[in-house]
Amino acid sequence: MPVDGARLIEMRVEWQFHMISDSRSVRDGLQRALEAEPLCLLSVDDRSTAEIVLAEVLNNIVEHAYAAGTGPIRLSLALGEGVLNCRIEDEGAAMPGETLPAGRLPNPADLPEGGFGWHLIRTLGHQLSYRRSGSTNQLRFSLPAERSGR
Amino acid sequence: MQLKAAMNGTTLVIRVAEDRIDAAGAIQFKERMRDLIQTPCERVILDLSPVHFLDSSGLGAVVAVMKLLAPDRKLELSGLTPTVEKVFRLTRMDSVFTIHPALAEGLRNAG
Repeated sequence: MPVDGARLIEMRVEWQFHMISDSRSVRDGLQRALEAEPLCLLSVDDRSTAEIVLAEVLNNIVEHAYAAGTGPIRLSLALGEGVLNCRIEDEGAAMPGETLPAGRLPNPADLPEGGFGWHLIRTLGHQLSYRRSGSTNQLRFSLPAERSGR
Repeated sequence: MQLKAAMNGTTLVIRVAEDRIDAAGAIQFKERMRDLIQTPCERVILDLSPVHFLDSSGLGAVVAVMKLLAPDRKLELSGLTPTVEKVFRLTRMDSVFTIHPALAEGLRNAG
């Protein structure tokens, strides 16, 4: 079977963005990622979805994993066929019970001031998985990734 | 966090002159809003048209401001850009705010 070399190479390309765990660094890191490949190649709608999900994931790491200190966060992105594969790693505290939060939506009528983050991540992201290995948290998920017509 | 307040009749209009309300700016947004809403008025419209991005912290701050105005006044919103609208819709928080397509409509229609 002939091998589609160009496509194989494309699937393997990975972009990395490094941040430290404060909300300013995360804002700047997210901004850098949005302006660079592969996110700048996406349709307006998919880029907006990526911004929402990545912001929630990164903010959770700052607020929870690194609640007791600071440390590095590494965002790795790979663009496949119609899909953006995301991997986010940090050296903070493990997820409670080493499992992902359910992300149940709070009742809007209660006027909640938080608890939306995991609901947004779970609604917009697919194939979420979490792994703790050694002192590293690794979260993986995929997002829709249509390329923009430009 | 740049917020610009102006009275339009008995309505206090606050325009968020920022690109985003996120975790890095949410607390400051809430503090500035707390000061601005001391102005006596019948209605408060928060014009979000310059805001291209709002995360769950920003959303929480907008909800907190709504609670500061209760029970006498409600927080009305105008000019939600697509990403901001998406966050309100997916969290169903669009159901608890009066949302005007643009500030002009908000000023025409009493809350």
